Amino acid sequence: MIDIQIKETALSTQECEQTVADDAAGGTVIFIGTVRNQTKGKKVVRLDFESFVPMAKKEMLKIAQEVEKRWGALHVAIHHRVGSLDIGELPVIIAVATPHRKAAFEACEYAIDTLKKTVPIWKKEVFEDGEVWVAAHP
Amino acid sequence: MKIKLVAYGIAKDILQSNSLDYELVGQKSIGELKSQLSGEFAEFDKLQSLRFAVGEEYQSDDYLLNENEEVVIIPPVSGG
Repeated sequence: MIDIQIKETALSTQECEQTVADDAAGGTVIFIGTVRNQTKGKKVVRLDFESFVPMAKKEMLKIAQEVEKRWGALHVAIHHRVGSLDIGELPVIIAVATPHRKAAFEACEYAIDTLKKTVPIWKKEVFEDGEVWVAAHP
Repeated sequence: MKIKLVAYGIAKDILQSNSLDYELVGQKSIGELKSQLSGEFAEFDKLQSLRFAVGEEYQSDDYLLNENEEVVIIPPVSGG
């Protein structure tokens, strides 16, 4: 089962865990992305996320389908938050349940790495004295 | 030929708008659109990457645009 969500409200690790729960799963890996308080030593005030939602959901679905296909995942949940996030809040949660643990680790890493490359979501770091679109420039 | 541009992230800041009607001169491919935009807005050339989507899918440089088609500018993504 695949569960893709883009939400303007707080994400729930527990919800993702429950979504992928399965008696046939020997391992579940959950990646939790967290808003850090600094970037290269500079204090971050908050992060603003925006997304081209319909396409982002399509791209997230492609990732989840690849995870099912390549790692034999039983269930995959990918939840991403948009809007303004404070330090410590969760922009992303990815949960992958597989029969054996090794596949779950690999698949989860693939999912977050690919999400960062293909899913049309943009984050702006807001500092005390300005703001920057992350990864925009070389 | 007129197309509709939709912009997110830093592309929105560069165009100072999240959507605008845009006149494409000469060729009608995504590649041509990219050069025309970079010529008009030098900031696009400084980006790490610049991709375009039509119909909620990434399209390659040789994709031919149609009159009034909606093209979404995808600057470097940074989710997660």
